[in-house]
Amino acid sequence: MDMKTANKKMSAKDKYRLLTRDLSWEPSYRTEEEIFPYLAYEGLKIHDWNKWEDPFRLTMDAYWKYQAEKERKFYAIIDAHAQNNGHLNITDARYLSALKIFLQAISPGEYAAHKGFARAGREFRGVGTQVACQMQAIDEIRHAQTQIHALSNYNKFYNGFHAFADQRDRIWYTSVARSFFDDAMSAGPFEFMIAIGFSFEYVLTNLLFVPFMSGAAYNGDMATVTFGFSAQSDEARHMTLGLECIKFMLEQDPDNLPIVQGWIDKWFWRGFRVLGLVSTMMDYMLPKRVMSWREAWEIYGAENGGALFKDLARYGIRPPKGWDDAEAGIDHMSHQFMLGLYQWSFGTSFHAWIPSDEDLQWLSAKYPTTFDKYYRPRWEHIKKLEAAGTPFKNYGLAKLCQCCQLPTVFTEPADPTLICHREVEYKGDKYHFCSDHCMSIFDNEPEKYIQAWLPMPALFQEPTNGDLGAWMDWVSLKDGQDNGDFADSQDRRNFEMWRGMATSNQ
Amino acid sequence: MPVVALKEYVGVARDRVENFNGKQLVYASWDHHLLFAAPFLLCLAPQTTFAELLETALKPLLQADPDAAAIDWHAVQWLKGNQPWVPNFDASLVANGISHKDQLRFKTPGLNTICAVS
Repeated sequence: MDMKTANKKMSAKDKYRLLTRDLSWEPSYRTEEEIFPYLAYEGLKIHDWNKWEDPFRLTMDAYWKYQAEKERKFYAIIDAHAQNNGHLNITDARYLSALKIFLQAISPGEYAAHKGFARAGREFRGVGTQVACQMQAIDEIRHAQTQIHALSNYNKFYNGFHAFADQRDRIWYTSVARSFFDDAMSAGPFEFMIAIGFSFEYVLTNLLFVPFMSGAAYNGDMATVTFGFSAQSDEARHMTLGLECIKFMLEQDPDNLPIVQGWIDKWFWRGFRVLGLVSTMMDYMLPKRVMSWREAWEIYGAENGGALFKDLARYGIRPPKGWDDAEAGIDHMSHQFMLGLYQWSFGTSFHAWIPSDEDLQWLSAKYPTTFDKYYRPRWEHIKKLEAAGTPFKNYGLAKLCQCCQLPTVFTEPADPTLICHREVEYKGDKYHFCSDHCMSIFDNEPEKYIQAWLPMPALFQEPTNGDLGAWMDWVSLKDGQDNGDFADSQDRRNFEMWRGMATSNQ
Repeated sequence: MPVVALKEYVGVARDRVENFNGKQLVYASWDHHLLFAAPFLLCLAPQTTFAELLETALKPLLQADPDAAAIDWHAVQWLKGNQPWVPNFDASLVANGISHKDQLRFKTPGLNTICAVS
């Protein structure tokens, strides 16, 4: 017969204690090194894992409840968006290029982060750390899913969305984000936490998500705004985990400082290069722009980052080594990169275009010291070529950086008229870089980066052997549909026709 | 150790010359001519002469720049691996010492229609 017992309700704190601390039993027939083999080789010294505080103390039942509620709201809005032809409410079809890049390059990064945190949750010793990493792993896979679901509606109507997963692996401009996550996932658990948990989630995430989600709102894209909101409430937890983890590493042993500082230097720069894609979205691809890349950097980079590194100075941490060169590049990077995206648009699964006179004027106003002097003359010339019936296509493929994998479009920090050429020789082969910082990342671990799969040299190897048509098939790029100039694209024609049908009686 | 790893670890370089079906990569860029967003990647047989590299690979790519027609190729200043260098137009890439993934740069002082020179 069942005994009736009083149904005692536990406090959240008790629940969390039972969920976590009691998990940290002392192993009896295996050594700790056998169970957690990856904790020592990166060189960090940890004396007391219980010092890792998880300020959220979220338990699994509470976690499911919050997330389920958010999912219900999210899918209700996505359904409404689909049923009401929400895709016709965007400003115009140029906006779709930003979405395509996001889906091909950034959403797969969420999935990669999921895998990385699942692994970190297994490899770390402390239970507070394990639970926080596992929850973040679930968050990240949810973010990837909600983004894919939100954007799948656009795939019913527009080109360039259909093969995002293949393109993440095979097309060239996505390899900056892919290699960023591959680099982090093939590092040890502590470096992974600095790479994704701290540098990406804490230092750089606002530069990606705030402008992107505001851009969606400004351009009438309810679906994207909704996944942004749904993910945003998780971000506070992720940022806290990133900050807790760096403080934990620094407080455990003074010898950890130089290692952590090296990772901050590296991962700030790698993240900054990924943001090159975002800078073109902000300055060129949003029909209704939120703010310039320069303005976003002032608020979310210089101010927030400045405050953060001031706070960390008490541990002996200084701002990342590449900070000044990043600052020097802010007024140039979006223009240099967009010029590339335009001239290589035969090989992109999104459309590029020549900025209109009004856009050029906006760029001049936002970049008064650089745009008219350096970049306007290039666009004016490209416009002339277009008008003459010989639109500019650069069929010379580009040299890529061995570290960040972007085309080496960036100039010398002190000379915006000269491409930065950097090379080193290692074991008899030459390797090229876009900047001093990418080169120094390579120099620190050459045996890792010589393995980089660079998409442009790869085009001349198996299986495509230099055949551009075969390459397009291999990257699932439909020539004449997915790629090329926006001006004469199917996306533009269809959007204008459908919107015309929705808003007039013609 | 050239990589942080648990044990001895040797990487395999992806872009070794053997992977290019008998050809090699050469990078070429025109200093201060930034209509072209990045240095060009060329894939050529090592027996290609330097003159052929110019005529068949490089010149067609440069046409979009208004300075292209005005280049005096015999007055051009060359760099290889960022060091001053003089090519032999009739000799092959191998004989010119242009090995796999070498970066060639050339300067044409006085020609700067599109790109202001600092």
